[in-house]
Amino acid sequence: MPELLDVAARIAGLARDHEQVEAYVAHSRETSVRVYSGEVESLSSADSEGVGIRVIKDHRQGFAYAGSLDPVVIEETLAEARDNAGFATPDPHVGLAEPDGVAKATLELWREDLVGVPTADKVALAIELEARARGLDARVRQAESADYGDAMTEVAVASSSGVTGSQRRTGCHVAVFVLAGDGEETQTGGGYSVGRSFTDLDINEASDDAVERAVRMIGARKARSARLPVVFDKRVTTSLLGILGGTFSGEAVLKGRSMFADRLGQEVAHPSITLVDDPTEPATYAASVQDAEGLATRRNVLIDAGVARQFLYDSYSARRAGARSTGSAVRGGFKSAPGVGCRALCLEPGDKDMDAILAAIGTGFFVQGIQGIHSGVNPVSGDFSVGAEGLMIRDGQLAEPVREVTIASTLQRMLLEVLEVGSDLEYLPGTAAGLTLAVDGLSVSGS
Amino acid sequence: MIEESTLQRVLTRALQTGGEFAEVFAEDKRSTAAMLDDGRVEDMTSGRDRGAGIRVVVGETTGFAHTAELSEAGLMAAAEAAAAAARGGGGGVREVALGTRTRGQGGRQSALIDPGSITKASKVELLEAADQAARSAGGAISQVSAGYGDSRRRILVANSDGLLAEDDQVRTRLAVTCVASGDTGMQTGFDVRARTGGFEMFDVVSAEAIALEAARRAILKLSARPAPSGVLPVVVKSGSGGMLFHEACGHGLEADAILKESSVYAGRVGQKVASELVSLVDDGTMGGEWGTFAVDDEGHPASRNVLIENGILTDYMWDFLRARKEKRPVSANGRRQSYEHLPMVRMTNTYLLSGTEDPEEIVRRTPRGVFVARLGGGSVNTATGDFVFGMTEAYMIENGEITDPIRDANLIGNGPDILGRIDAVADDFDMCPGTCGKDGQQVPVGCGQPTLRVSAMTVGGTAGA
Repeated sequence: MPELLDVAARIAGLARDHEQVEAYVAHSRETSVRVYSGEVESLSSADSEGVGIRVIKDHRQGFAYAGSLDPVVIEETLAEARDNAGFATPDPHVGLAEPDGVAKATLELWREDLVGVPTADKVALAIELEARARGLDARVRQAESADYGDAMTEVAVASSSGVTGSQRRTGCHVAVFVLAGDGEETQTGGGYSVGRSFTDLDINEASDDAVERAVRMIGARKARSARLPVVFDKRVTTSLLGILGGTFSGEAVLKGRSMFADRLGQEVAHPSITLVDDPTEPATYAASVQDAEGLATRRNVLIDAGVARQFLYDSYSARRAGARSTGSAVRGGFKSAPGVGCRALCLEPGDKDMDAILAAIGTGFFVQGIQGIHSGVNPVSGDFSVGAEGLMIRDGQLAEPVREVTIASTLQRMLLEVLEVGSDLEYLPGTAAGLTLAVDGLSVSGS
Repeated sequence: MIEESTLQRVLTRALQTGGEFAEVFAEDKRSTAAMLDDGRVEDMTSGRDRGAGIRVVVGETTGFAHTAELSEAGLMAAAEAAAAAARGGGGGVREVALGTRTRGQGGRQSALIDPGSITKASKVELLEAADQAARSAGGAISQVSAGYGDSRRRILVANSDGLLAEDDQVRTRLAVTCVASGDTGMQTGFDVRARTGGFEMFDVVSAEAIALEAARRAILKLSARPAPSGVLPVVVKSGSGGMLFHEACGHGLEADAILKESSVYAGRVGQKVASELVSLVDDGTMGGEWGTFAVDDEGHPASRNVLIENGILTDYMWDFLRARKEKRPVSANGRRQSYEHLPMVRMTNTYLLSGTEDPEEIVRRTPRGVFVARLGGGSVNTATGDFVFGMTEAYMIENGEITDPIRDANLIGNGPDILGRIDAVADDFDMCPGTCGKDGQQVPVGCGQPTLRVSAMTVGGTAGA
């Protein structure tokens, strides 16, 4: 296989006069195993590659992609991108990223050992995970699925404006989803473990978590409607921060879609909230030395002790805002052009662990899972309403399980009404780290 | 795409290590997308996805591999990888002979105007027209984004049972999102039209009409009051309301969940699972609808399947693997996002049959409740039956009349419970397109229903109900 960076550079070198060309080339090798009832249900292996090409001419951008690095296909793709550029509306801010002198962090995200793991070992791990989850508690009926997956990916970006860079990473995970119940009733719980190396995977952690989550929900009922403090489980916090991060996109701000557009320097959250996006932290799940335009990633402070500090920019939105790129270009693989996004959000941890937070809250609702985050959270208006399951908090401890309720507020109010930020920081899959978070004044709707 | 003789050799190779079943799924998809945002066409995108996925089944195990290389060498390599993944034992040669070829026309409704024959400039004009129309809807409209997309997806399926089928699926979509700003902050409004078919869609509905509908919803919500919190009767308007059934029972009637007993509907065929007003159908043959095709992604002709008849559960939805296990016919519900994915049981167009009531009369008979005119998305846990869906245009019903608009919120319910509480079904059937996600794979689906009432459902707002 040719070096990806060479492929990208060769494409960028095809730029004509008064034209900019950028190539984003990706290659990945993936294995996924699903196990059911002690047998392999499916085993997939994939080796895929592709290219996404941006052409900018006369302040207009065109984009095309193809799932192949065949030279003929690349030629066609470049021609399509070039043709497409003619249909965009001219905008003086449109252009590729320019080298900005910011040095890339040194991160080692590739673990050679994963490359050599025999498929049989991956299958065995998934089978062991399923067996352990099924055996942990007599009330576990079955594991609906037990999965192992890994990916070894390499990406390279090169542009005629002089930006160039490549990165490779390994990643693997195990996940199990169990059904548990007494009699007619069924409750569900999922658990996982992720890592860059095969030996990072911990099937005990994944199965313990899945079973605890399912078993403690047995007997759950709808709760009475009430306004209550809510304590979010780590995983839920990760999802919520992912939505919040989008409101700090410089692009959303410029286009009048961010509730924080005119709020820099103002208090938008409780003083206990400091929110940072730092992909150079190697422990974060989506750590990366470069952004989707090939610029160095960097640490960006979005909220500092409750005060909105800065927005995130890729090169287009930065140019338009009269700012500098914050190295925050992201894209959904080679099939899409870059936009602005977070990679590694993290709240500065507080000093209480989950038990201490429950004790401090006294009475409330502990939410272990939410449903409908995309249908019920509007990041433009801030309206927030999601399905929730979890346990009531009584006398500072977890009490009876609750399901089929919703919790509602607005994102703006929730930020201001934060009660506690946990000390239990954990880098979970996704674009944000998890920790226990307590927020006041949510409407719990039930019976 | 691939010669028959090549397919036969590839399938024979795939079975060489003891496979019981092998399949080649080849796909060649070209797509175009254009996005207008903030008053400008940001970019036009062209995509080419071409490759094949090969699966080999041994006992309960499926091995799968895919390749972007459609030459015989590329296909042979993928066939060997899939066979190795299925880790067959025996070996021996089993020659594969292919039968008569089925050719589909994608389930289109009318003469196709291939989007590939339309200039890119005309596609951009649609977006500009949508932008202008939305901005003309009122000064409160502060932002507009409009997205156009079309695709032409040719698929070929050949398997070791001799099946050989092709389909040529064309889809076209236009969606508009508006932001309205006022004293109460910002609100959003969305509308979409999407058809299995080509540019002839715009003979029936204009880009302007879609944009005006999105703008109307955004402006309306500026004056919306907080949604109520608690249990109320809910009247769901025809069209996008079909999402209710997609989540409340559709996913729970997919045979993969049934065979793993991870659905509340497992073991309930022949039993009453819903109010007798409920008759539910999944139908991949509905001309032009978003979830329509001629041949599914396992090569079987689309079909119309009755799932619930007058409240009685009649059947589930089946793909090849699950039907094979139960020794019954498939129902042409085997679908996949692309050649890079394994097929699984998926819905096509899922809808509730019309009743006899007047929709306005249903509202008049509701002293206090919520009227949901447009649903956003939803999700379900099939094992517990708990599901949510979001309202993106809704109103209070007070004294039998639709009154103030209310802000976005989710509704939550339990499938079997809610199906039993449907106490009125109108005669104003309508369909709506959507994208269904399952196990990381997205496929286009249709949802439909007439206006109906759920006698009691939890509304997840913040205002005292």
